[in-house]
Amino acid sequence: MHSDTRAPLGLKLSAIGGLIFLLAPIALIFVYAFTTEEKSFQWPPPGLTTKWIGVTLGRADVWEALGLSLKVAAISTTLALIMGTLTAAAVARSRFFGRETISLLVILPIALPGIITGISLRSAFSLLDIPFSTWTIVLGHATFCIVIVYNNAVARFRRTSGALIDAAMDLGADGVQTFTLVILPNIATALLAGGMLAFALSFDEVIVTTFTAGNQTTLPIWMLEELVRPRQRPVTNVVAMAVVIVTVLPILAAYYLTRDGEHTAGSDK
Amino acid sequence: MTDAVTFRGVSRHFGSVKAVDEVDLAIHDGEFFAMLGPSGSGKTTCLRLIAGFEQPTAGSIEIFGERAEGVPPYLRNVNTVFQNYALFPHMNVLDNVAFGLRVKGVSKAERRRAAEETLELVELGGYGTRRAGELSGGQRQRVALARALINKPRVVLLDEPLGALDLKLREQMQEELRKLQRALGLTFVFVTHDQDEALSMADRVAVFAEGKIQQIGSAEDIYRRPSTRFVADFVGSSNVVPADLAGVGQTGQWASLRPEDIRLDAAGRAATVTGKFFHGRVTKLSLDIKGQSLTALIPAHEATPDIGETAYVSWDASRAHVMELEA
Repeated sequence: MHSDTRAPLGLKLSAIGGLIFLLAPIALIFVYAFTTEEKSFQWPPPGLTTKWIGVTLGRADVWEALGLSLKVAAISTTLALIMGTLTAAAVARSRFFGRETISLLVILPIALPGIITGISLRSAFSLLDIPFSTWTIVLGHATFCIVIVYNNAVARFRRTSGALIDAAMDLGADGVQTFTLVILPNIATALLAGGMLAFALSFDEVIVTTFTAGNQTTLPIWMLEELVRPRQRPVTNVVAMAVVIVTVLPILAAYYLTRDGEHTAGSDK
Repeated sequence: MTDAVTFRGVSRHFGSVKAVDEVDLAIHDGEFFAMLGPSGSGKTTCLRLIAGFEQPTAGSIEIFGERAEGVPPYLRNVNTVFQNYALFPHMNVLDNVAFGLRVKGVSKAERRRAAEETLELVELGGYGTRRAGELSGGQRQRVALARALINKPRVVLLDEPLGALDLKLREQMQEELRKLQRALGLTFVFVTHDQDEALSMADRVAVFAEGKIQQIGSAEDIYRRPSTRFVADFVGSSNVVPADLAGVGQTGQWASLRPEDIRLDAAGRAATVTGKFFHGRVTKLSLDIKGQSLTALIPAHEATPDIGETAYVSWDASRAHVMELEA
């Protein structure tokens, strides 16, 4: 509207202030990954070194936590892709009694505070005598991963015209062929985006994990524990840097993947 | 000869809504058949019943003598040209057209050849590598047609095929569709709400209202001899007048009298002009004869009286048609 007029100085300053407020702490984490002081965080850092990267790579507990986090994120994302897509297909394609309620119930876990999800899962596990394991963590993460995939998929399903499915069937494609040749290519980017977002969320999840993990340690939990112990502190910062990179990249990719495709597939005009 | 499509007492109810209600219908082999009606009259549901997207709640459907109930769309030898074409957005034109052969397991080289040939047939040779989104409405229409025809269906279903095109393109496509249908000798069933289109293209027309067929007949039958008040009014906005006023039938009956059959005639009966609209080729007069309102279309070159004046009009009683008594 007023793209040619320039923003007033006050607005510019507050925008810059806001950005500093948001990003400075993250920058600090990056800086402290290279500090020579290992017991406490001193500003300015007394010296800079890259030795902590080597130290981190040599720590077995880091690798173990990273391995568990990747495993949990991968399994919950896969689970979410299957269940989220199926739920989305049911909700977007057909009308049935209670459809809106189901839609709401699926989304609820993400609206619910993580601590509630965590407590309820923990009490459910102990009621059913389920021992804590990788799978209980996966179950906890799947609750919100499904929502992410579902939200992405349901939007794409609604934008993909039902006539495309009719057309495929009409041209002789059975259910499986219709799914692989027509439905999947049309929702693929939405699923990829949803999957990456779910992966990133699961990878840095803390709250639900603390309730469902037993004595296993995912990477974020490991970091939390590590901060309390004043030993080789910059190792935590190196890990934090890695986590930032691992989670930001998929989220950015997800954003770019869902940005295009504004128009409804199949109902041109 | 076996009919292409036969409906016997077919109903399709959605809850309490009777979308299609006890329809009997026989579409002949090689015929260009139109289903005409306003929206919600059941014509599209009938088409979907033939395609297999809907199953009848009662009655039986046969396609070339074979029972069609329970047979899924992908096992029927009929193909549809969808209203908004429903081209696959993630494929190019050639892959769209070849889709039917692909799912049947035809080899890649073979289906490419067939798809190119079919594109030639609809005058889109060389467009194979384009995306559906890069084509104009008329071109998409042709791709949709080619995609249906490549499967060599025995019946081609067209759902408002020309609805999205502008007038000029529409008339051109009407002619082409007609030519193509004759050349291929296929049965075409097409749904439209446009009575001009139905009358000009179809061998026979079925007029639908509220889930029932009001009348089936040739275009001329439907136009000249509408069997119900609905048909008279929907097809060509006829005047529905008491039969004795029209000069046919008996008191108590109703007759259809086409607006273009009413002419100015100094020796005719007096009517008050209540409205006058210039339409280019004709002038449309709203008339009132003793409380009965009538519409007349007068060739534009004739001088017409103005609103409030008296017009003298007459018509051939043989042009008026007595209709069945009905609601």
